[in-house]
Amino acid sequence: MHPLRKQRLYGVSLIVLLSSAAIGLVAFALRDNINLFYPPSEVAAGNAPADRNIRLGGMVVEGSIERSETSLATQFLVTDYEASVSVRYTGILPDLFAEGQGVVAEGRLNASRELIATQILAKHDENYMPPEVAAALEGKSSAPADSLLP
Amino acid sequence: MIPELGHISLIIAFVLAIGLTVIPFWGSFRTNVAAMNLAPSLAVGILVFTATAFGLLATSFLQDDFSVAVVAANSNSLLPPIFKFSALWGNHEGSLLLWVLILSTWMTAVAFLSRGLPLTMIARVLSVMGLIAVGFLAFSLLTSNPFERLLPNTPLDGSDLNPLLQDPGLIIHPPLLYMGYVGLSVPFAFAIAALIGGRLDASWARWSRPWTNVAWGFLTLGIMLGSWWAYYELGWGGWWFWDPVENASFMPWLMGTALVHSLAVTEKRGVFRSWTVLLAIFAFSLSLLGTFLVRSGVLTSVHAFAADPERGLFILVFLALVVGGSLLLYALRAPAVASRVEYNVISRESLLMVNNLVFTVAATIVLLGTLFPLVMDAFSLGKYSVGPPYFNAVFVPLMALLMPFMSIGPISRWRQDSPRRWLHELLVPAIAMAALAPLLSMMLFDFNLWVALAVLLAGWVTLGVLRDVWRRLAVGGSGGLQWQRLSPSFLGMTFAHIGFAAVVLGAVVVTQHSEEQDLRMTEGQSAELGGYRFEMTHISQEPGANYVADQATFVVSYDDKIIATLVPEKRRYLASGQVMTEAAIDAGILRDLYIALGEPIGERAWAVRLQYKPMVRWLWIGAFLIGFGALLTSLDRRYRVQVVSGQEPSPVKGQGLGFAR
Repeated sequence: MHPLRKQRLYGVSLIVLLSSAAIGLVAFALRDNINLFYPPSEVAAGNAPADRNIRLGGMVVEGSIERSETSLATQFLVTDYEASVSVRYTGILPDLFAEGQGVVAEGRLNASRELIATQILAKHDENYMPPEVAAALEGKSSAPADSLLP
Repeated sequence: MIPELGHISLIIAFVLAIGLTVIPFWGSFRTNVAAMNLAPSLAVGILVFTATAFGLLATSFLQDDFSVAVVAANSNSLLPPIFKFSALWGNHEGSLLLWVLILSTWMTAVAFLSRGLPLTMIARVLSVMGLIAVGFLAFSLLTSNPFERLLPNTPLDGSDLNPLLQDPGLIIHPPLLYMGYVGLSVPFAFAIAALIGGRLDASWARWSRPWTNVAWGFLTLGIMLGSWWAYYELGWGGWWFWDPVENASFMPWLMGTALVHSLAVTEKRGVFRSWTVLLAIFAFSLSLLGTFLVRSGVLTSVHAFAADPERGLFILVFLALVVGGSLLLYALRAPAVASRVEYNVISRESLLMVNNLVFTVAATIVLLGTLFPLVMDAFSLGKYSVGPPYFNAVFVPLMALLMPFMSIGPISRWRQDSPRRWLHELLVPAIAMAALAPLLSMMLFDFNLWVALAVLLAGWVTLGVLRDVWRRLAVGGSGGLQWQRLSPSFLGMTFAHIGFAAVVLGAVVVTQHSEEQDLRMTEGQSAELGGYRFEMTHISQEPGANYVADQATFVVSYDDKIIATLVPEKRRYLASGQVMTEAAIDAGILRDLYIALGEPIGERAWAVRLQYKPMVRWLWIGAFLIGFGALLTSLDRRYRVQVVSGQEPSPVKGQGLGFAR
């Protein structure tokens, strides 16, 4: 074989090998590690899977936060003004976590359809609303739209 | 009056940028020397007027002119002056102005430091950069004017800068990052100019190489600072979150890493030409994409300033034009510039190809993970998020694959080499490290397979590079060390590779050996973590410049010896009422101790997060070495000579240098 062709052949086979390995890895990693986002009404309607991680987003219901006196366990309700889902979390909550504020909770549903959260995400500043939460709340009465969408 | 002057300056800069895009470009085809000679002056003009606009906006910030919308939204009369200044780029409009200012700085630098280049080349390079400036100035003027006034409803005081951004990290992180982001437009412009002119040889690579290295070095430093800032400011103790915005800066970095190495091959050997050009286009496209992702408000992130869709659309169209246009040009012209040089499979060229492949694949994977949720959302296929496990699962094996090649790379020879020589060179370091790795990893921490592997690979890379340094120094065998043989470009490469090894080691150790505890603590209570004892001695409240802070004092001891007193804070900012965690860190080369306050629980008790972070500093020290090394390479004599001599270096001379090793 001509040396130049040989060199190209090696090059091309290396590229094919590496990219197929990469595609395999990506497919494998994507299968388990993407989280689908659900608004509370979908979870309450039983449309969210219980056997994998999901993200739940909405507003923290006023007066629903219950903290343990002895540990860091917390429980609160997340709503999209149609339905509410109870969330349990143990650990430190983000600075901007508060009643009546937007929140995204990541975790799994338990048998009684409560979300056992492994991570709580709140807004980064007063004016900012996670786009998913804004979209989930859009059109769902009660909350004035302009306070949700900056 | 000041904001209006600023607005006018920006408009003048815009007009000059149009002139820069059109006149020298036209001149380069008509060989109209006068038209081409206008390019450097126009570049300076743009710099002067954007700098004026920038200075005037800074004045508005420092004078608390709350009739300017941006100032009212992002500053406050209580804000310390240094943060008033940095608040300028802590928002969408101002950061865009910074973008343009840095772009015009790069343009002027190219205009003045490239005197040795052929005039048509300078004219075209500056025209391409002028076109980018037109795009961003139009974006700024049409959709995000930083000088917009709030008249007559001028607020009495501003609504303050986001407390997360009231930090020294923010003063330097964005400018450095932008230096990198925008700097990638220089190799892009060189690539486009070369495609237009059909001239792509070793001297072309030598012109664009120092620019690429400097831009990439700044990008590295910018990312490093961002990671460091997130670590101490966000209160989580994490150093990389695979947040889409981090990815937005990381993708151009990965592509830039491939470009930096590919340019080396093009300069020294004249191969990989069309590939190098493609990489230059990709790297800049990714930095534009990053700007789009960050500025369009499609992402959930600390960087996503509330934005309207119009802006996103503008950047998307601009992005499509730049990427589409340059790829079209590439498709038309690349065959004309492709190289016809042969090299053996066992050679430095091949090893650098592996580098290129690994980094392009890595960039693609990050791109996929970042865009996947956006694409699914755009086609209404559900709202997904792709988390760190995905990125770790694909990224870690890729980097592990890279490292053995990385240790061979620097000692390998161009054109043809032999595995036997590689073995001869690297067997001793390999055996030494294989023996040392478990020992070292056990000495510092408990034995851990991943850490041992990381020590092995990082040590192998480091020893390989150091051996090469020694061989250069000791050459000739006359006993004396030949320091002059360590050229800046060689030293830069050495620093960067050692830095990379340090980053890998730090990343693996901190991931494997970190300890973390969230608990409820009261005064007088203590907790143990990583062998350290943390005692919370008292709680107090202290006023700050524009906030009130709840403080908890911790005394940290090891073996009953007090080693530090740490005071983490919870701040409430007066203007916005926003609450911020200020973590307290006892830093060390082998470990960081990190305390952050959560929230108060009941009477005199706090939720507290204690963390033990071994070798976390190595990440930033390593990244600093990479960035420093990249900047150092640009001081190499062979880049300087071309400037001083003022002559166009002949391609023959370029080839000669290629075999100098």
